[in-house]
Order: sequence, then structure tokens, then C-alpha cells
Amino acid sequence: MADHPGPPLVHLTLWRLRELTREPEALFWVFAFPILLALALGVAFRNRAPQALSVAVQAGPGADSAVSALAAVPELRVVKLDSLEAYQRLRSGRVALVVIPGPWVTFQFDSTRSESRLARLEADAALQRGAGRHDLIVIRDALITEPGSRYIDFLIPGLLGLNIMSTGMWGIGFGIVRTRSAKLLRRLQASPMRRSQFLLSQALARLAFLVLEVVSVLGFGVVAFGVPVRGSLVLVAVIVLAGALAFSGLGLLVASRAQTVEGVSGLMNVVMVPMWVFSGVFFSWAHFPDAIHPLIRALPLTALNDGLRAVLLDGAGMPAVAGFLGIMLAWGIATFVVSVRIFRWS
Amino acid sequence: MHRPDGGLRRPAAIRLIATAMPDTSAIRCHGLVKRYGDVVAVDGLDLDVRFGECFGLLGPNGAGKTTTVEVLQGILPADAGDVQILGRTWGDHEHELRQRIGTQLQETRFPEKLTVLETTRLFRSFYRHGMPAERALGIVELEEKKKAWVKNLSGGQRQRLALAVALVSEPELLFLDEPTSGLDPQARRQLWDVLGTLRAAGRTVVLTTHYMDEAERLCDRVAVVDHGRVIALGTPRELIASLGAEHVVEFAVGGDPPAPEHLRALPGVREVRPEDGGVRLTVAQPHTTVPALLALLGREGAELTRLATHHATLEDVFLRLTGRSLRDG
Repeated sequence: MADHPGPPLVHLTLWRLRELTREPEALFWVFAFPILLALALGVAFRNRAPQALSVAVQAGPGADSAVSALAAVPELRVVKLDSLEAYQRLRSGRVALVVIPGPWVTFQFDSTRSESRLARLEADAALQRGAGRHDLIVIRDALITEPGSRYIDFLIPGLLGLNIMSTGMWGIGFGIVRTRSAKLLRRLQASPMRRSQFLLSQALARLAFLVLEVVSVLGFGVVAFGVPVRGSLVLVAVIVLAGALAFSGLGLLVASRAQTVEGVSGLMNVVMVPMWVFSGVFFSWAHFPDAIHPLIRALPLTALNDGLRAVLLDGAGMPAVAGFLGIMLAWGIATFVVSVRIFRWS
Repeated sequence: MHRPDGGLRRPAAIRLIATAMPDTSAIRCHGLVKRYGDVVAVDGLDLDVRFGECFGLLGPNGAGKTTTVEVLQGILPADAGDVQILGRTWGDHEHELRQRIGTQLQETRFPEKLTVLETTRLFRSFYRHGMPAERALGIVELEEKKKAWVKNLSGGQRQRLALAVALVSEPELLFLDEPTSGLDPQARRQLWDVLGTLRAAGRTVVLTTHYMDEAERLCDRVAVVDHGRVIALGTPRELIASLGAEHVVEFAVGGDPPAPEHLRALPGVREVRPEDGGVRLTVAQPHTTVPALLALLGREGAELTRLATHHATLEDVFLRLTGRSLRDG
């Protein structure tokens, strides 16, 4: 048939790709936003010389000798203040510890602040040493700044996971609901288009973008911050694919009945915000109470982030990440099956 | 490349069927019922559309026209009744029928950031047979806009694109749901020209509209639909002739109008109907009725505030059948 323009699947996929590439805002959220976020956080939390801890010495008898003993410690910055001023600075967090000299020394601090506890240890050691204490064992420090253990190394896989989640869900969910609210799904339903091909084209267009966005975010992390890639790139690709499948399915599910873009936006947030918080994007999910760890682990974004970190940072192989893959595939398949059942074409 | 027939060919299948089986209907629909909850949208509707005709469903908004064509197109399931399209039923031959019909639905908004040509090609790709996308755009006179994004089209151009998309598969049967709704007069006339060429080319078209002038101008036969039923059926000429007279005289007076029996006694008056602030007469010949009417008003001392005459239209037919105007819904 010479008149025929080619397979419908190609045209349907091109439709999605054109819509995305002709939408500059979409390109920003997919590519520029995660890179800017990584850059900002990477700079904010870059490894630097440990900050000196501020310690106030309350004016009074014995204050000067305490100040000189503390000033000998490079990790401490010492100021002499009257008692009211010292207390105010402690309360507002500008000093970590107030030293009140006298016949016995009093340390005033908030024990829930880790820098205060650290300042207390340093000040205690300095004052004891100044008073003539001798250390009984010799201790030497060996410092490490190895790639793989810094915050940025933790962050980049998390941002990658986050990006796969949000572009997957928005890309599929938004596109479908917009098509439905334009009464275009109904028009397609009236044509001989095969419905499976429509859904497949959404996934294919998504895949093309996925490759680009993973390469750009991960490439940025490697080039700009030296984030290590210790495991196999093939395994990274497998994990990324499984994640994309899980979130395409979730996106499809969220979009399967919603009539308006506003409606689907609300649903998207209900699904995504808990994962932003719990799935260990910006900090480890181990901080949450043990009781909810099994729930957190069952989330698809947790599996994606943990899988990416295991392969990129620890060089884990297939056996170590099989569990993560299983969780993501289960989400993908279950959500897809349910969506196809409840999908509304008009 | 402008050919006199607008580049249209009559599909071979239609020619064959039309000659081999002259009695076959393109659509046969009997006792169609469709409910939405307690609301009965279509209430036992019968239709018989012949090959090669342009068939109009005329009625006010909410009469059940859209529901009817959506059931005929297999988008909505019917609650009761038999529907045969091109001699087939939706249950048994859905995929085949989808290949053979073309459609333009109400309110479809095509992707904003695809071009006109890309949109037409996308839909062309779903069909095994059809014409090149460019030819379909030529028929609706949208070739110049083929590289424009849909977003930048006017309302009339969007409707013509919808028509091109419906035509690109060279359908044996074409459904058009309110094709000129919401367009300005110029855009409507332009679309009518395109639809006129389709009709001239002998395509089978089912058209819904609430514009009586559209039905009169485009349709070979019209079914007047109200409350989900066909209340009159025939050619526009037959329907108008059923009024018994071809002209309408409307007038209003300052005080009370003359008694209806006096008006009915005027020469050539077939019907008298009081309407908002005036009276409406259906008459055979206005040039004999109007002078007599003026004389009557003069005798009664009534002051004439408005007088208008027009050829009877399908609007008058609808008014006669339902007591309501098409525009009132």
C-alpha cells in the first residue's frame, strides 16, 4: 500500500516524543532540574575542613586561664562573654557550649545537639590537659576522603531514582489525562487503532527519554563530582528499566480514570510525596523508626534507590540486587494489569 | 492541483454495493434505546440511511442526536434495539467496521503541538486503505496549513482538520456530529462548501445539526429528532411542504391582536399560532394575505409594531411539531 505512512506504533510513539520535545518546560523538568538540584546540593554539602566549634567562657575568676587553655585547641573558637550574653548565644545556637570557670568548672550546653557534645569533649580534654593531665595512650588520626562515602555519592543515585519516578509518572499520567480531557481518547477509540499499541507507544516514548535523562544525570555526577560507578553499567541499565516499568505502571494507574489534569495532579502527589520523604532520596531511610522499615522497603522508589546505590557505590552484582528488581517488577506488573482493567477511554 | 470534484473518488466498494444491491441500507437502526441513569436519551429511535445519501439528524441540543450517532458508531453500547452498519453488527465485526467508517466527533481537540500533516498521517496510519494525508488536506482546503501546529489554527480550520482526519481513510460511511457548531458564519459557509463536494461525490454521510439552514442545504433527507425519537422524516422540501403552505408571516400589534378566527378567515392562511409578543401565520401566498391582514388591523384600529415574512424553513416545521423553537432547546 503505497499511500500508507507506516506502522501506527511508530506514529503514536512519534506523537508522544514530539509533544515532549516541543514543550520546553518539559525538557527543563526532565533534564535541567535534576542536574541543577544535584549541583546545588553537591555544593552545599561538599566535603570541607570541619568547622571550628564556638565556645564561650563566662567572665569571672579563672576565665583568662580557661580561655588560653581552650585557645590552644585548633577545633575550638573561644570568646569571653558576660553570663547573660553567653547564655543568649547558647540559646540561639551561636555558641555550642558555655564554660563557667570557678573552683569547679561547669559546662552549660544542650545535650541533644551533636556539635555541643563534641565541643564538650574537646573543652574537657583541653582543660584537663591545661591542668596537667597526661594521656596514657598515643593516638594518631588517619583521615579519609574517598569517593563513594561522601554525601554527593549518596545523593546522585537518589536524584536519579527520584527523576525516574517523577518523569515516569508525570510523563505517562499527564499525557494520558490530557488526551482524555481533550476527548481525543474517545476519538482514537472510534478509529481502528489498537488500544494495546496506544499504551505501548506511551512506554516506548518514555524509554527514549529515559536513556537520555539517566545518561545526563549520572554523567553529570561522574564528571562534576567524581561519583564512582563500581558495578556493571548493564546492571545499572536493568535496574533503571525495572524502575521505569514500575513508575510507568503507577503513572498509568493514577491516570486510568482521572478526567482532569487538576484531578490527576492531586493523585500524583498523594502517590509521590510519601516516596520523596521515605524512600531515601536525600537522607537514609534508616532514620525512620524500625517498625515502618518493612513498609519503606516495599516502596518502588526505595528499591530503585537502594539498587542503584548498591551497584554504583558498592559494586554489587545481580544476586545482591535481585530482591530490588523483584519489588519493582511486581509493582510494574500489578499496576499495569489493574490499570488496563479500569482504564476509561472517555 | 484543483480538480472539479475536489480530488474525491467514490470508493469502489460503494459503487459495487450501490449497483449490485440497490436496496441495501448503509445504516439500519430499529427501536434504539439509550438511558443515562433515569434519563432516557434515546427513546425507541428508528433510522434507515441509504447508500450515497447525506442524511441529517436535526434537533435541538439535548434531543439525543449525539447519543444516537455514538451508538451507531459503536462508541456507546445501546440499552435496547438493533443496529446494523454496512450490513454488519458491532458485536461481530467491530474491527472491520472501524476500518470502514470515518468519524468526526464533537469537541475533539487534536494534539496542540503536532502539525496538521502529522495529525492526519497519525490517523491515516490506523487504516489499511485510504488516501495520502496531503490529499485529504486538499479536500478540506487546508493544504497551506499543513506545517502549522494545531494550536495555531482557527476554529474553522480545526473543524476542517477533523473532517480531513475523518476522510483520510476514504470511509464508506461518514459520521459528522455538529460539524459547524460554534463557527462564525464565514467559517460555516466554507465548511458547507466542502461538505457540498462530499455530497456531490455520492458519499454516504450522517450529519447531526441543530441548524435548520445547514440541514436544508446539505441533506438529501432529514430526520427531525426530539426527546430521543424521530418525529418527522423526509426531504427538506417534503417536510416544509407538510406545513401545507410555504410562507410565514409574523406580526405584532400595540394592543390585543385580532381574534384567531378572524385571522384564520384571511385569504391563504393555513395556521395561526400566537407566539411571544405577536402572532405567526403560515400562509400560501404572502402577497394576498398581507394586504388583507393590514386591512383587518385597520378596521380594528390596532397599531402594527412589527411585520416580517419569510419562506417556511425546517425551523417552522420543528415549531409546528413541538411548539418549541430549535434554538430554545
